[in-house]
Amino acid sequence: MTPLDAAAIEMKNITKTFGTTVANDKVCLDVRRGEILSLLGENGSGKTTLMNMLSGIYFPDDGEIFVDGEAVVIRSPADAYRLGIGMIHQHFKLVDVLTAAENVVLGMEGRGKLNRRAITARIQEICDRYGFVVDPAQKVYDMSVSQKQTLEIVKVLYRGADILILDEPTAVLTPQETEKLFSVIKNMRNDGKAVIIITHKLHEVMEVSDRVAVLRKGVYVGTVETKDTSPKELTEMMMGRAVTLNIDRPEPKNPRTRLEVRHLSVRSRENVLVLDDVNFEARTGEILGIAGISGCGQKELLEAIAGLQVTEKGSSILYYGDDGTPEELVGKKPLDISRMGVALSFVPEDRLGMGLVGSMDLADNMMLKTYRTSGRLFADRRPSARLAKKVVEELEVATPDISTPVRRLSGGNVQKILVGREISADPTVLMSAYAVRGLDINTSYTIYHLLNEQKEKGVAVIYVGEELDVLLELCDRILVLCSGKVNAIVDARTATREEVGFLMTYLQTEKKGGAET
Amino acid sequence: MSTVHHSHGVPLIRIVKRTSLSRPHAWAIRVLAVILALVVCALLIYALTNLNPIRVYNSMFQGAFGTGKRTWVTLRDSMTLLCIAVGLAPAFKMRFWNIGAEGQVLVGGLVTAALMLYIGASFPTWLLLVLMFVCSAAAGAVWGLVPAVFKARWNTNETLFTLMMNYIAIQLTSYFVARWEHPFGSNTVGIIPRDGSKAGWLPNLLSEGFNKDFGWNIIIVLVITAAVFAYLKYSKHGYEIAVVGESENTARYAGISVGKVYMRTMLLSGAICGIAGFIAVSGASHTISVSTAGGRGFTAIIVAWLAKFNTFTMIIISLLLVFLEKGAIQIASEFNLNDYASQVITGIILFFIIGSEFFINYRLVFRGKGGHRA
Repeated sequence: MTPLDAAAIEMKNITKTFGTTVANDKVCLDVRRGEILSLLGENGSGKTTLMNMLSGIYFPDDGEIFVDGEAVVIRSPADAYRLGIGMIHQHFKLVDVLTAAENVVLGMEGRGKLNRRAITARIQEICDRYGFVVDPAQKVYDMSVSQKQTLEIVKVLYRGADILILDEPTAVLTPQETEKLFSVIKNMRNDGKAVIIITHKLHEVMEVSDRVAVLRKGVYVGTVETKDTSPKELTEMMMGRAVTLNIDRPEPKNPRTRLEVRHLSVRSRENVLVLDDVNFEARTGEILGIAGISGCGQKELLEAIAGLQVTEKGSSILYYGDDGTPEELVGKKPLDISRMGVALSFVPEDRLGMGLVGSMDLADNMMLKTYRTSGRLFADRRPSARLAKKVVEELEVATPDISTPVRRLSGGNVQKILVGREISADPTVLMSAYAVRGLDINTSYTIYHLLNEQKEKGVAVIYVGEELDVLLELCDRILVLCSGKVNAIVDARTATREEVGFLMTYLQTEKKGGAET
Repeated sequence: MSTVHHSHGVPLIRIVKRTSLSRPHAWAIRVLAVILALVVCALLIYALTNLNPIRVYNSMFQGAFGTGKRTWVTLRDSMTLLCIAVGLAPAFKMRFWNIGAEGQVLVGGLVTAALMLYIGASFPTWLLLVLMFVCSAAAGAVWGLVPAVFKARWNTNETLFTLMMNYIAIQLTSYFVARWEHPFGSNTVGIIPRDGSKAGWLPNLLSEGFNKDFGWNIIIVLVITAAVFAYLKYSKHGYEIAVVGESENTARYAGISVGKVYMRTMLLSGAICGIAGFIAVSGASHTISVSTAGGRGFTAIIVAWLAKFNTFTMIIISLLLVFLEKGAIQIASEFNLNDYASQVITGIILFFIIGSEFFINYRLVFRGKGGHRA
């Protein structure tokens, strides 16, 4: 075989196990030069594990890898680089305090003294060729997420990679940035490079790839040409059965104002205004979506309502009880708020770092907010054990038993425990941050369904989300945050993807006072 | 393009994480580690000194349990060490690195000595003992509380703060040692009380008089051990400690006042260490010096960690450490060995015990063997 005929990479019967979990079971895969291959699968289907074996992070238990038709052994990332394989990880591997150029050459062998001019020139050459914009002298801590990602790609290309693996590259990007990334990837393909994109977003697969390889629960399902397939067929391959992509959206029933946020401002530790004069109201029986690029104040907004943030002077968060009398929440701690009789439930973004205690079992996690009221000196664990059993049954949590530490569960099951606990408190306000992040499609729908159930019960639901399609299909209204300001509040039934995407990135200079309602 | 060729390239040994290991299996690995450590030590002893290792081990055992008196001393010292380790457990479980047990023990001992000296003669024994118990706990609690208050208020580093509190305690002790010096010029306090009345000494439990057994030490410490176990595992406070230790954010989210838990827990941690000081003075040395704590405040950290903050496991660990210490002293004198030789043995045994945790969490897969499936 000549290298030209052979696939750039061929993986044969690759198997990898972690303890008793089979992450990859006899997976076969090939990618050619000059093509973009999408590696599609739900969360936990083994996509990243498979690619980590190409990039030298893991070593396969069994199976063979061929590069250009020749059998190879990849023991370390250095081996992978030697073979021209470069991976851009989901969580960037950059050193914050170094410049772009320093990060690019970090770890490369060479002479003692850096020839910065030559490095800069090479970087510039790569940028010009594919259409990147990178300032070699910029420090990484000054970079936006998308700039960091660009730098990761340049780093890999600089090291001579001609087989590129991108792990969920669009997860952190805005729609506009995603488009830019895709055009760059297409440039690389046209330049004869082999590109593998790990993703679970169907529309991106259809848009960018030439072929699609599908994994399901660690098993290789098959590879299809993108032009011969459809999102429906791919969903079937991924899920094993067809699911409707429509999310329910019942009409709100006599919505009343539940929370009224006025002039809410929050300063970060660095003294930057992360929330700037935010005004909105959340209503009963309605899902209010909050859209925005990550880090635009979503976290602070929810934490301010929950009593976990210090707010600026003049901020006001009024809670309207069932009798309609307003009560001020600003200045109250979480315990004060619950003692006021405000049933506020909060599913935070950081599930194991804030919402749950990873080393504790399911039952103990159930009493995180209620342990004070059960028993005297010693905590009565029976009610929480009952609740844990109920949540496990009703939400179909996959766990050996209720005395398993939640850290051992998969992301989806962790989230079910957290949401289950928060809903069990019969909230009047339910806030959730990135409730379906990292979850597979089935679990995501379970969560949507639970949120809708709460909405129909008359709960004021606040849903901070990142996927525009979901926000547009699930929510009644969408508040778009941009750099800590409310850019607009739109009707989710009539707004378009482009409109919301635009609002996320471009701050309206003209303040529209009465834009909402 | 260079390629790496097959079969040569497969790593010789790979490290694979174990999913779960049954408890008996894990303990079997630990016991095996101790046996292996003894074998390695035996080889080393023979290679370096030409002594019969069996005789050396026998002499170690004799050193710790050879006579009734030695047995009591071994148990007594284990209990003091255990008491300090148990005191550290709540703080460590909270991820509050209390390195100040040494100082907390010392101030507890100092207060005990002061009471024995000044009011020993004028109080009934039981009241005096209760008073010493309470006051030593209070003194240790203050020593533990101060770093916690600063941490809660100004987020100071508790490791440095508790460490520095040790030096204050040491200086304070040396001041009082100078004041209470007896006989003059000895730079020691001598046995207290001075009148030979033994007022304030923890009495024997199993026999009449003093210094024949140390039953009360054992009872007090074991009761504290069980109480702290229940406190950490079943009480609401214990629950809060576990939440704060895992994540401050989670604690705040759950409405737990993190600062309050810091202070309350350090109050308890310091108090138990202070009681250890009471036991060390009233139940063992009957005097006070800057070496009353004797580094046990630091050794207890090892005990607490090895036991993974389980207070019952700490019983075994502190017994083992004290046994090694007593045995080492014995072989050093009996075979005319340098002190360091016995420390080497202690070191090797500890190394194997800690190393065994690696094999409990991971297993090794050799090239060409069993690499296909777990």
